[in-house]
Amino acid sequence: MLNLAVEQALNGLQLGVMLFLLAAGLTLIFGIMGVINIAHGSLYMVGAFLTAYTVAKTGSFLLALLAGLAGAAVAGMAMETLIMRRLYARDHLDQVLATFGVSLCMNEIFSLLFGQRPLYVSIPPLLDGSIEVVPGVPYPIYRLAIVAVGLMVALGLYLLISHTRIGMLVRAGSTHRDMVRALGVDIRSLYTAVFGLGALLAGLAGLMAGPVYTVQVGMGEQILILTFVVVVIGGLGSIRGAFLAAMVVGLVDTALRAVVPPWLKTFMEASAADALGGGLSSLGVYLLMALVLLVKPRGLLPAHG
Amino acid sequence: MTLARSVLGAVFALGAIGAAQAQAPVKIGFVSTLSGPAGYLGQDIRDAFQLAMEREGGKLGGVPIQLIVEDDGLKPGQGKQIVDRFLKTERIKIVTGVVFSNVAVSIVPDVVDAGGLYLSPNAGPSNLAGKECHKNYFVYSWQNDALHESAGELANKLGFKTAFALAANYQAGKDAVAGFKRLFKGAIVEEIYTKMDQTDFAAEMARIRAAKPDVVYQFHPGGIGIAFLKQYHQAGLMGTIPMVGAEPTLDIATLNAVGEIALGLNIGAKWNADFDNAESRDFVAAFQKRYNRTPSVYAGQGWDTAQALAAALKVVGGDDVNKLAAELRKADFKSIRGGFKFGQNQHPVQDWYHVQPVKNADGTLALKTVSKILSGHGDSFAKDCKL
Repeated sequence: MLNLAVEQALNGLQLGVMLFLLAAGLTLIFGIMGVINIAHGSLYMVGAFLTAYTVAKTGSFLLALLAGLAGAAVAGMAMETLIMRRLYARDHLDQVLATFGVSLCMNEIFSLLFGQRPLYVSIPPLLDGSIEVVPGVPYPIYRLAIVAVGLMVALGLYLLISHTRIGMLVRAGSTHRDMVRALGVDIRSLYTAVFGLGALLAGLAGLMAGPVYTVQVGMGEQILILTFVVVVIGGLGSIRGAFLAAMVVGLVDTALRAVVPPWLKTFMEASAADALGGGLSSLGVYLLMALVLLVKPRGLLPAHG
Repeated sequence: MTLARSVLGAVFALGAIGAAQAQAPVKIGFVSTLSGPAGYLGQDIRDAFQLAMEREGGKLGGVPIQLIVEDDGLKPGQGKQIVDRFLKTERIKIVTGVVFSNVAVSIVPDVVDAGGLYLSPNAGPSNLAGKECHKNYFVYSWQNDALHESAGELANKLGFKTAFALAANYQAGKDAVAGFKRLFKGAIVEEIYTKMDQTDFAAEMARIRAAKPDVVYQFHPGGIGIAFLKQYHQAGLMGTIPMVGAEPTLDIATLNAVGEIALGLNIGAKWNADFDNAESRDFVAAFQKRYNRTPSVYAGQGWDTAQALAAALKVVGGDDVNKLAAELRKADFKSIRGGFKFGQNQHPVQDWYHVQPVKNADGTLALKTVSKILSGHGDSFAKDCKL
């Protein structure tokens, strides 16, 4: 029983890390530019597909890693310069419509480029297999690596935002946008850089997701909804909030999925219990969001003081 | 004069229509899952069906065929719309192709109620096999439960006493676990139904580890099956807890996608590419030559469906539904299974075999038939069918 709890906790942690990588980019972009980016899931997909494709073609995981990261960042920056720039002054509805359109286009483009069949990536030999984290619980090394990478990225982002000049501009940009502009900072390239960074993080999440999940068109939309929940719970624009919220959502979601269906099965037919249990577990996360918003309307750790 | 001329014109025009009708090909509506993680299932069925037509120069049983292929995207609603168009706009009387039982359940009644024929190359849901059976509905693959009964019997033969059962949560998944349980004599320690679009099975792996069953039985067709097997291996369960399943648990595409980690799985199957009969050898060779890959069980079913239809068309010569249905019921065609028989409900009564993945001398992987599990096995719904 304890072993099961440990394993499920690790699963929750791993989901939390994935959500954080996506939420960090999303919340940065919203915090700095005030843009709601529905196409963020597409950048996740770009990272996953380019990595899977490069591994299949060259067999080199290092090249694939670079291709996935660079591809996502370039796609993000291209998206910013070609489309987003025209949307900063518009209201949120226009932004949602335009970025939703972008995500639809990206899905179709990827169907044309890579076909409808999902791609499968093998795990790099170095990270294949499992190790016992506690006696009796062998856990996949690859999933542990995801957690490690996620935590390192969180630390890196903290250092970048709190202790560098670029981070200072980012912080200033999210709270006093007009002042930063008035002080003569090249806001355009700052925006492009932030967008690129957000895309890079989404691409990183995508490329790590490849070997565990399935690389397929539309994979970004599946996870994007939970990511938005994380961003809202954490507080729009707040990286620290996104980290906290991602961990909470990851653990709560996993815990509910582990507890609710078996409990329902004690008095219901199994397939109905699993269907209802899955629904109730998803509902739980939204309920959590509603509760947080009730108590702290601006999220757990709001960015704007 | 002008009147005579227009009458003459009309006669010619009518004559032309008549001639066109005589030559007009019989339309067959093919609706299947061709996209997404399970898209290769429908593609295999389609490819084999088209191969059968190509061999006759675009005909089946000497009758010219126009095959209209559509993708249901694994959405019952989308399938229903396509079939509605087939029946009403295209005036199609023969429909086939559906892979997934939840799609089949929503479209088969529409087709047969409109007086059309439906030939199933894959799905054999329980709710259409018993009381709801229909004289215009023929299944060439299996009744879903019977398919997984083979896995239950296989688990008995291998001496397993406790099993953990997992299946995708839809009609065929429920039929699968019901079928497995019907013949498995041991105890089921836990049953889990996973979501159809689930890609992360980490939580299920944890539960399997905690339950410590003798054997895991699972049914996840298509891409989700590939993800499941990989994660089973990553979680360190492959090699610790053995796995049994039926044909869709490990088809040739899944095997090639997951590779050597699947060695050791035990599968119940009604046909395998290594079957030693003339029809099977001929089909496997032709499919390999045309598409450069080993045909899957789904391709085999698509081929048999086309052969059965060709045999009926040869006798009837057109798409007269009643005559075709009477011919189809005889099931007088050469199956790659080395014989084919229908039960009362027009679902197959057939033998089941134990199949295992093996590594060839050249390093490629293949499925090998080991022994027979069940002989002349029908399904438990045929007795409720009054045909």
